[in-house]
Amino acid sequence: MDKERIGVFLCHCGTNIAHTVDIGKVKKYVETLPGVVFVKDYSYMCSDPGQRLVKESIKENGLTKVVIAACTPRLHESTFRETLREGGLNPYNLEIANIREHCSWVHDNREIATEKAKDIIRMAIMKAALLEPLEEREIEAVKEVLIVGAGIAGISTALILANSGIKTYIVEKEPSIGGKMAQLDKTFPTLDCSACILTPLMVDVERNPLIEILSYSEVESVEGYIGNFKVKVRRKPRYVRKDLCTSCGLCWENCPSKNVPNEFDLGLSTRTAIYIPFLQAVPAIPVIDAENCRYFQGLKEGKERCKICQKKCPVNAVDYTMEESFIELEVGAIVVATGYEIFDASQRPQYGYGKYKDVIIGLQFERLISASGPTEGGIIRPSNGQIPKSVTFINCVGSKESDGNQWCCRYGCMASLKQALQVREKYPEVEVNICFTDMRAFGKGYEELYRRCRKTGINFINGLPSEIYETYGEGKHLYFTVFDGFLNEVIRIDTDLVVLQVNMVSPKETGELVKKLGLCTSGDGFFQEAHAKLRPIETPTPGVFLAGTCQGPKDIVDTVCHAKGAGGDVLKLLQKGIIKIEPISAEVNEELCSGCGMCEPVCPYGAIVIEVKEDGKRLAKVIQAKCVGCGTCVATCPSDAIIAHNFTTEQIIAQIRAAVSP
Amino acid sequence: METENEGEFEPRIVAFLCNWCSYAGSDVAGLQRMKYPPTVRIIRVMCSGRVEPSFILEALRDGADGVLVGGCHIGDCHYISGNKKCVARIALTKELLKQLGINPERLRLEWISSSESGKFVKIVEDFTKDLKKMGQNPLKSLE
Ligand code: FES
Repeated sequence: MDKERIGVFLCHCGTNIAHTVDIGKVKKYVETLPGVVFVKDYSYMCSDPGQRLVKESIKENGLTKVVIAACTPRLHESTFRETLREGGLNPYNLEIANIREHCSWVHDNREIATEKAKDIIRMAIMKAALLEPLEEREIEAVKEVLIVGAGIAGISTALILANSGIKTYIVEKEPSIGGKMAQLDKTFPTLDCSACILTPLMVDVERNPLIEILSYSEVESVEGYIGNFKVKVRRKPRYVRKDLCTSCGLCWENCPSKNVPNEFDLGLSTRTAIYIPFLQAVPAIPVIDAENCRYFQGLKEGKERCKICQKKCPVNAVDYTMEESFIELEVGAIVVATGYEIFDASQRPQYGYGKYKDVIIGLQFERLISASGPTEGGIIRPSNGQIPKSVTFINCVGSKESDGNQWCCRYGCMASLKQALQVREKYPEVEVNICFTDMRAFGKGYEELYRRCRKTGINFINGLPSEIYETYGEGKHLYFTVFDGFLNEVIRIDTDLVVLQVNMVSPKETGELVKKLGLCTSGDGFFQEAHAKLRPIETPTPGVFLAGTCQGPKDIVDTVCHAKGAGGDVLKLLQKGIIKIEPISAEVNEELCSGCGMCEPVCPYGAIVIEVKEDGKRLAKVIQAKCVGCGTCVATCPSDAIIAHNFTTEQIIAQIRAAVSP
Repeated sequence: METENEGEFEPRIVAFLCNWCSYAGSDVAGLQRMKYPPTVRIIRVMCSGRVEPSFILEALRDGADGVLVGGCHIGDCHYISGNKKCVARIALTKELLKQLGINPERLRLEWISSSESGKFVKIVEDFTKDLKKMGQNPLKSLE
């Protein structure tokens, strides 16, 4: 410790510190502390002249350690690390004494604050004496990226990356990319056509030589760490060879198994067993749904049936022998863009979804009003195929609940307005009602859309029905009563078609991905971001990012912003091919390690492993690229064999002693 | 500084606060110019999972009257589950304190998020009050 030459810099922070802390007294006291060879105060240490003062003092006084007594390290620690570097010192020879947030700002009494400041600085000096120089860890990164999910979020991120020269794989569990946006007819607030926005992007993705689409595939397992992930992808068999198929359509046109409920139309139409999900699907390669295929079902009984698609295919692309296969990818970063699932409206039985045919959800309405949908754009009552005389939209189904789904879906209000307006424009004679609690028109152009709708004769009812019923017999239709906050009375609504705007929920695979990627979820079940405002795209796992609604409900506008941000975050990480990691990590002292293995299971990141050496000796080893420096293993080790850099046991003990005894 | 009169003495608390939630919460208390007793000395750790029982024992042996460990709420730990490890260690340490004849109430584990500056202040106030009632750390008089 004698050889340490510690310099202490006291910041006045204008009057923020100096007003309550007597800097002169503190200075006199600090000068008496062991190891301190230089003390200087200045009005704003973080300013340019302040930093210059630090740099020059390091050189002039041959300082080996620097203590800066100023604001919280969470504010300027990185600033002063750079100052040290420029002054010729290792940036980790720095300790910050927080005498502003923890002292001058929380005490009024000058004497008390001055005494406390002395303590805080003494603690920092004792730790500083034991600091060791650390080197930032540099690891090579694979300049390729995996995106999980190919909805509008995954597509937006992929295009940013590929257009910046980064090889990108998109894994999509469905046979086509496009996600839920492909099912929409129009988008709010501009009411422009969804397909006109989305399908060109899908084609761009397919054409881009740097993007590889792995459709009808899922992530099987993930190993590795930031910059170097190894991902195993499971490819489900399509039974149609991509290299041969020309998408001519003869197979599905001739398939005799025609009554399979069409997922894309949410059961409002049927499809064949060999099918493409929708006309603009990418890739436009059909897939055989073995569950509903006569050939595959026949096989179960040991019979060879049907095979019509194979016979009809002019290029011999149908191959019943295809099997599930696996491919391995090496990527430097992973973007999760798995989107959302629609909340199952039948779980709120008061609305009668699943019970009454004429109660549908918003996405089904999209399929009905879509010109490429099952009714070619006609709004009909599913019960009788006739045009309804009255349509009622109900907002907030499974949303904003006091217990249950507490969150707002962030699209339903606008979706109701858009759809109501579409009915109004297409069928001016049809009555249109919207039941809502509050109109959340938060986006650009949203309030304007609301105002526009209010002038179109749509009935706005400020309240939600408690239960929906159906009448019997002739003229059968739906009805309900509702307390309308505008009229301040209970009214009865008779209507032919009810459209429920249903909340977004986190998809089923979230749980698996949490485990595979070491992520966590927030209370609503969506993936948790690293910081709501400062790091809304990063996750606690370095190198794994979020894009779109998998992080929480978003409309298309916000989804695209988030997803493009993810593209930017990944580029920032990978563009140099080298990743720098803060050296605040754990390291094993091999001489002390007994190989007991207690550290291995406590690490949430799998960053510590037990290796068996040639001589049979078991030793713990920290995988530096995986370690995030939490120190949990260090606290677990019974042999004190793991060092937490920058937070070593000795350093902390020194702080404790200094905190208690002057 | 400290008088023999138990009611009068100013307890000394050593606080281990995790960087991401509790330390941030204590910073926000400053930003909001909240006031609290000058009894606490804060040591920053990256995660509450870093806090070893030996740190707590060291603090008490050196004469701290109380030890506060602050972490992120369960489920919010920046490192996924460090705070769960902390829970187990604190429970053990409390047992140990009992064995040593030290009131386990001298050790407190609290979840303080970065927005809970008010909670941080309240904890320091209450802990200070309680420690005043408990009196000086008995180990102090041994020396
Ligand atoms: S980071 Fe706060 S408890 Fe783990």
